[in-house]
Amino acid sequence: MPFIDPELFTIVALSLFVSLSAVMLAALIGIPIGALVALTQFRGKAALIVVLNALMGLPPVVLGLLLYLLLSRAGPLGFAGMLFTPQAMILAQTLLVLPIIASLTRQTIQDYWSEYRDELTAMNVSKRRRVATLLIEARFSLLTAVLAGFGRAVGEVGAVIIVGGNIDGYTRTMTTAVALETSKGNLWLAVNLGLLLMIIVVLINVLAGLIRRAGERLAA
Amino acid sequence: MSDEASTVLPIEFHEVSYIRAETRVLDGITIRIAAGKPTVLIGPNGSGKTTFLRLAMGLLTPQAGQVLWAAQPQCPVTRMAFVFQRPMMLRRTVAENIRYALRAARAAGDAGAMRATRERESARIDELLALVGLEALGQRPARSLSGGEQQRVALARALARRPDVLLLDEPTASLDPAATKIVEDLLRAVAADGIKVILSTHDLGEARRLAGDIILLHRGRLLEHGSSSSFFNAPVTKEAAVFLAGELLL
Repeated sequence: MPFIDPELFTIVALSLFVSLSAVMLAALIGIPIGALVALTQFRGKAALIVVLNALMGLPPVVLGLLLYLLLSRAGPLGFAGMLFTPQAMILAQTLLVLPIIASLTRQTIQDYWSEYRDELTAMNVSKRRRVATLLIEARFSLLTAVLAGFGRAVGEVGAVIIVGGNIDGYTRTMTTAVALETSKGNLWLAVNLGLLLMIIVVLINVLAGLIRRAGERLAA
Repeated sequence: MSDEASTVLPIEFHEVSYIRAETRVLDGITIRIAAGKPTVLIGPNGSGKTTFLRLAMGLLTPQAGQVLWAAQPQCPVTRMAFVFQRPMMLRRTVAENIRYALRAARAAGDAGAMRATRERESARIDELLALVGLEALGQRPARSLSGGEQQRVALARALARRPDVLLLDEPTASLDPAATKIVEDLLRAVAADGIKVILSTHDLGEARRLAGDIILLHRGRLLEHGSSSSFFNAPVTKEAAVFLAGELLL
C-alpha cells in the first residue's frame, strides 16, 4: 500500500515543499507586480497585460526546456549547478505560477480600484497607501489567485520532470512519480498516488476556504 | 466661516464647460459660491449636478473655463470633503472606517489632524460617532449597516478631517424619511459649526429646509442662482417656475 510507504512521505513532502515555496515566491513577486500594473499608467501597459495573460497558458514543457537549456552545464546559468535539484524545480514552478498570480491580482486590484477610486481620491489618500488599502481590501480575492497558482504548481509535471530529473528520493514529486509508475505499468500505484495528490489539493483548498470564511466573518 | 478666513472659499466657476463622450455635461457655468448657509443644487436627472460637485471638489478638470478656490487654481483638497450618493465602506468596522479617514487626513498633512496620538484619535472617533448618532455601532462591520447608517458613517469620515467645505451628492436619495431627517439635522449642525455645505438633491422639500441659496441646473446650464427665499417665492426663469410647480422640465 502506498499510504504506509515511507518513501511516499518523502515524495509528498518534496511535492508540497516545492509547490508551496514556488507559490510563496510567485505571490511575493506577482502580487506587487499585478497591483503596480493595475494602478499605474504607462506606455505599453495594454501589451504587458496581453503578455501576462498569455503567459498564464505557458506550456510547462516549453518552460522546462528553456530552463534546462539555461541551467545545463553548457548553458549561461550552468555555473549555478541547479539542474536536477529541488531549487530548479522551485524556479520552474515559480515562473509558471507568477503570471497567474500577477494577472489575477492585476484584474482584482483594477476592479477594486474602480469601486474605491472616488472615495480614496476624495480622501486624498497617498499612492502608497492606496495600494496597501486595495491589497488589504482585496485580500480574500487574492487568496483565490494564490490558490489558483498552487493548483497549477502542484499538478504540474512537464517542467519539473525536465529540470528535476525525477531522481528517486531527491527530485521525485507526486506528479513525476505518477508519470513514472504509469509508464512502468504500475497503474495501481499510479492511481493511488493520483488520488493522494487530489486529496492533498482538496484539503489545502478546504483549509484556505476556512481561513477565508473566518477572515471574511471577522472583517464583515 | 467667512471667505477671508478660508483657504477654499469662495469657489468660483468661470465659463466652466465639461464634456463627456461628446456630450456637454456642463456648459459655460459661471458662478461664485461663498461662505454661509448651505448651497443646494437642484435640477432634473442629467442636469449636471454631480459633475458640478466633482469639479468643485477637484475630482474633475474642466475642458474649458476655470475653477478657483479662494482665487487659487489649486484645489485645497485637504480642506474639503465629499460624501458620495452611494458611499463606499471599507471592509472593516465603523470605527476603523473613521480611523482610516483620520489617518489619511494626517498623512495628507492636514494641520488639524497632524498632532493626533492614538488616544486622541480614539477620542475623536468616539466624538464623530456621537455626532452622527452611531455610538452603539462602532464595532459593527460597516458594510452590514443600512443605507442610512452607511451615509452617516460617510459623513463622520468626511468630517474627520475638519473640512472647511463639505460637498454631498444626493446624500438622502435612497433614504427613508426618518433617516433623511437624521442626515438633514446633521447637516444643519455641521453648517452651524461654520462648515460650508454644498449638496445636490432631487427633493425640493429638502432644498427648502436646508438651503441658504439655490442653484438650478438644467441640461448643463445654470438657470438660476439666488437665495432660497427668492428662488421659491419669485423664480426668475420660466423653467424654474415649471420645475417648482412639479412639472417635468424637459
